[in-house]
Amino acid sequence: MSGHSTYTPKSAFARWLERRLPLLSFIHASFVAFPTPKNLNYFWTFGAILSFMLVAQILTGVVLAMHYTPETTLAFNSIEHIMRDVNWGGVLRYAHASGASMFFLAAYIHMFRGMYYGSYKAPRELLWILGVILFLLMMATGFLGYVLPWGQMSFWAATVITNLFSAIPYVGNAITTWLLGGYSVDNPTLNRFYALHYLLPFIVAAVVGLHVWALHVVGQNNPTGIEVKDEAKETVPFSPHATLKDSVGLVLFLVLYAWLTFFVPNYLLHPDNYIEANPLVTPAHIVPEWYFLPFYAILRAIPNKLLGVIALFASIIIVAALPWLDTSRVRSAVYRPAFKKLFWVFVAACLGLGYLGAQPAEGVYLIAGRILMAYYFFHFLALMPALGKIEKTSPVPDSIEEACRAASAARADAAKKAKAHA
Amino acid sequence: MSNQKTAAPNRRDILFVATGAATAVATGAAVWPLIAQMNPDASTLALASTELDISGISEGQIVTVKWRGKPVFVRRRTKKEIEEAVNTPLAELPDPQPDSARVKKPEWLVVVGVCTHLGCIPLGHEGEFDGWFCPCHGSTYDTSGRIRSGPAPSNLEVPQYSFLSDAKIKIG
Ligand code: HEM
Ligand code: FES
Repeated sequence: MSGHSTYTPKSAFARWLERRLPLLSFIHASFVAFPTPKNLNYFWTFGAILSFMLVAQILTGVVLAMHYTPETTLAFNSIEHIMRDVNWGGVLRYAHASGASMFFLAAYIHMFRGMYYGSYKAPRELLWILGVILFLLMMATGFLGYVLPWGQMSFWAATVITNLFSAIPYVGNAITTWLLGGYSVDNPTLNRFYALHYLLPFIVAAVVGLHVWALHVVGQNNPTGIEVKDEAKETVPFSPHATLKDSVGLVLFLVLYAWLTFFVPNYLLHPDNYIEANPLVTPAHIVPEWYFLPFYAILRAIPNKLLGVIALFASIIIVAALPWLDTSRVRSAVYRPAFKKLFWVFVAACLGLGYLGAQPAEGVYLIAGRILMAYYFFHFLALMPALGKIEKTSPVPDSIEEACRAASAARADAAKKAKAHA
Repeated sequence: MSNQKTAAPNRRDILFVATGAATAVATGAAVWPLIAQMNPDASTLALASTELDISGISEGQIVTVKWRGKPVFVRRRTKKEIEEAVNTPLAELPDPQPDSARVKKPEWLVVVGVCTHLGCIPLGHEGEFDGWFCPCHGSTYDTSGRIRSGPAPSNLEVPQYSFLSDAKIKIG
């Protein structure tokens, strides 16, 4: 989308810079003049929230790195040192640990938003795929970071996750040994995990750059799923409109983040991780971080090692195929009555898998896990392709403008009726 | 571009191909150390064997030693445990292997104490088959360390080991 870029450099320095590197007009076109649909709701503030969280994780992470020691005999104690001795260390560590949870919370809302409003559909397929890549990178980063405190959960999470690769026929064990730098999780593993945990967030930042670039080429979707037809009537400039709305969303989000960090910092952490790693004793229940639970439930639902691992990876990769699996010509769930209901069934299935991922893998839990896993794949592979062909969609307005007019007419109508009743 | 039939390769073509091939080999040679450095280093490989005095282990006891950072179970089996292991029909095993192929002396079972599913450490003398039970996803092993139920695909690994004497074994 071309912005109504009206930028003219005012100072002598700005003019000097513009002629050599048009940085200021680029920023102006991208974050000031950039046209945003005027009907965006608060679910559209999560992109900005995610950007904020990435910066927050990098800042808290870099300062933690100044006090952390990536060596098996020292790592656990260096975390305690951060908690007890380092100035503000406890706050910084808790901010980083709950920051990871908040980051994932925002990512999940952001993704479900995309699914509900059909934001992955043409021409936004690549934007969506870049998002799935970001999600994978975040998962890798979160996992690597969780190993660093070198508690029991750190150690056994590292063991179980690296062993996923041993399921690959023939070369699996060699790959696992290569990843570990030894025959079990040990000092070489901790060292490289630390190096990679430091590196990946910057790769995330680079992919975020591509993600935003792709967004600025095709423009934002909006709750109606109708493309902008008349830029003058249907869009508003990013600043101040989106900037301010994003700020309001961010502040509300930060209330939750602050509550988690300052009042219940250990709520989402696992007590076993305050026991130093012991390679000879596995904790009775290994449970991953909450944001991995649905995928863990899928892994455990299948009583075969290789197939379990395949299902786990498939459940993530399949999300990237959504633009081609969904055959509907209508984007937004607002005009897809059947999809709207099935969307919430899908959300419930994901939450159910999350719940089951934390339960022991036996009896009814295992059976429920199998049913929900089957539904998860059924949603992507059968419902999404079929629904687009058979669903009777409700009439889609011609333009965003018309949809807005209809909505405000309906509101006025409702208000009149309410008055008449009173 | 002319629409001639492909001419015989001339000097320039040969130089192109040779340069391309040399570049590919050089790139591979440059990338290889970057990948291979992640494999176990010399100091890790140097720790690759462990010796254990087994004279103090009583019948029925399992002793755990660390080898290559992993636990190895050395189990002095009772008569009953040996019989159970020997008499199990191979048809009942997901990963069929006779007990005789897994031990050097029937009394001593030596296995790597790492579940072949995803690497947790199974608990001894537990589970339906008196062998081991893995708390992580519920795999059970018998008194020969063979997988009997659960998601693990194969039997507990038997490491390389040898009896240095009646009282001493060397693992690795
Ligand atoms: C994508 C952004 C990031 C995510 C999702 C993330 C996630 C995590 C998680 C889950 C932990 C374990 C927290 C705990 O249980 O204590 C952790 C620890 C750690 N992270 Fe990060 N991290 C990110 C970025 C960074 C960056 C950029 C650095 C800079 C070097 C960093 C340095 C550290 C250090 C030193 C620790 C160990 C201290 C501790 O456990 O609190 N992280 N990270
Ligand atoms: S690791 Fe033992 S059953 Fe999964």
